This record gives sequence, structure tokens and C-alpha cells, in this order.
Amino acid sequence: MALAVVTRDPLDLQALTREIAEGAAGDGAVAAFTGLVRDHNQGRKVRFLEYEAYEPLALRVLGRIIEEASETWPGVRVGMHHRVGRLEIGEASIMIVAASAHRAHAFAACRYAIERVKQIVPIWKHEHFEGGEVWLEGATADPDDEKAKLTAYRIACA
Amino acid sequence: MRVTVKLFARLKDLAGTGELIRDVPAPATVQTVWTSLTAEMPSLVEYERTMSVAVNAEYARMAAAVHDGDEVAFLPPVSGG
Repeated sequence: MALAVVTRDPLDLQALTREIAEGAAGDGAVAAFTGLVRDHNQGRKVRFLEYEAYEPLALRVLGRIIEEASETWPGVRVGMHHRVGRLEIGEASIMIVAASAHRAHAFAACRYAIERVKQIVPIWKHEHFEGGEVWLEGATADPDDEKAKLTAYRIACA
Repeated sequence: MRVTVKLFARLKDLAGTGELIRDVPAPATVQTVWTSLTAEMPSLVEYERTMSVAVNAEYARMAAAVHDGDEVAFLPPVSGG
């Protein structure tokens, strides 16, 4: 299993954790983040989400975030799986697992990774709510924007 | 020269398609392709300030050179996670 994955299949936290923890004799900590589809957003009652990705670029950018994390916290290993297609309420859209010698870096890398996903990974939510549908638009993706990177780092270390 | 244009999310909805082929005169940049596209589909212009662009599935700038056979993608602000 690859560390960076974009898939239409349901995500499997145990499999990703196994992959990250394999051969992790020097690690004392594994932190995980799972993002779920919420039943409400900005006052709207959400029915389901459809995720769309520019897949080849999304894979590269996930890989880039994994590299950024391991440069920032040497020795940390990160895996990120993002699901696309139609997702029902309560289903997992993203899973991130980070392993490290100590918990602080595992938690920080995990948080950094999800913040960077929201900044630069070319994936979009098409929200289907009671009464309509809308494409959600967050950040203008610019992987070279050092300010955005610093913001993600600050949130991770807060 | 001929390029493949990829559009995503609301840009795809506005254009009515996620992929189209454009002929643009060489030498061309991403901007050349965008200008040609918006001349035909003015509703896309609202994304000019907020979108990102990619050439052959790598993030690029509007001034980046585009060659025959390249894939040029226009990406609205992202909302993954």
C-alpha cells in the first residue's frame, strides 16, 4: 500500500496504521486523524458529498506534504489516504497517520498534514444539501506560498 | 499547436465539460490558453484571480510555457479533506 493514496474505495485506518507502524522499532507514538462527512455546513442540512480530484496532481501534492512533514520533523513518517466520489454522512473522507519517536511530533505532523491538504491538494467537495447543491471553495492552491506553509506549521505546533 | 484543457469543480460545470481540446498559436503560455478559453466562455473569467493552474499535472504559473500535446488544467480554490 502506498503512503499517498486517492481512492474511490472506503478508507481503512487499520491498514494505513499497519503500513506506517511497520518496522517502527524506534517509534513510541502513532497519531491518527480521520475526517468525516458532516450532516450540516454553514446552516445547511447536508445530504451527501461528492468529492472530485485532479488525481495525478493530488497524488503528487499528498507526496509533497509527506515530504514537508518529514523535513520539518525528522524521523516522522506520514501516510495520507483521501477518498473521492460520493460519500454519505458519517463516512470517512480522509485518514492521516503519523508515527514518531515521541508523541509531540506525531501529533504535530498529523495536524500539519491536514492543514496543508486544505491549502494545496486539488480536491473539491460538491455539497448536496436540502434544497440545492454547491461546490465548496476554500483556498487558492499555491504550494510555494511560504506564508501558508508557516500558518499550517503554527497551527500544528499551537 | 494543440493542448488538452482540464477543468474541475465549478469551472467544469460552467464550461459544461471537464476536458476539451484547444488549438493555440505557438509560442504559447498558460495565459494564452486561458485567454482563448474565456473568449469563448466569458463566465469562466470570474475565476481568474482565485484559480490555480497546472501544466502536465504540476502546479504552474500563468506565464509558464505550453507546448504541443501538453495538458493544461484550471483549478478553482480547493476544498479537500
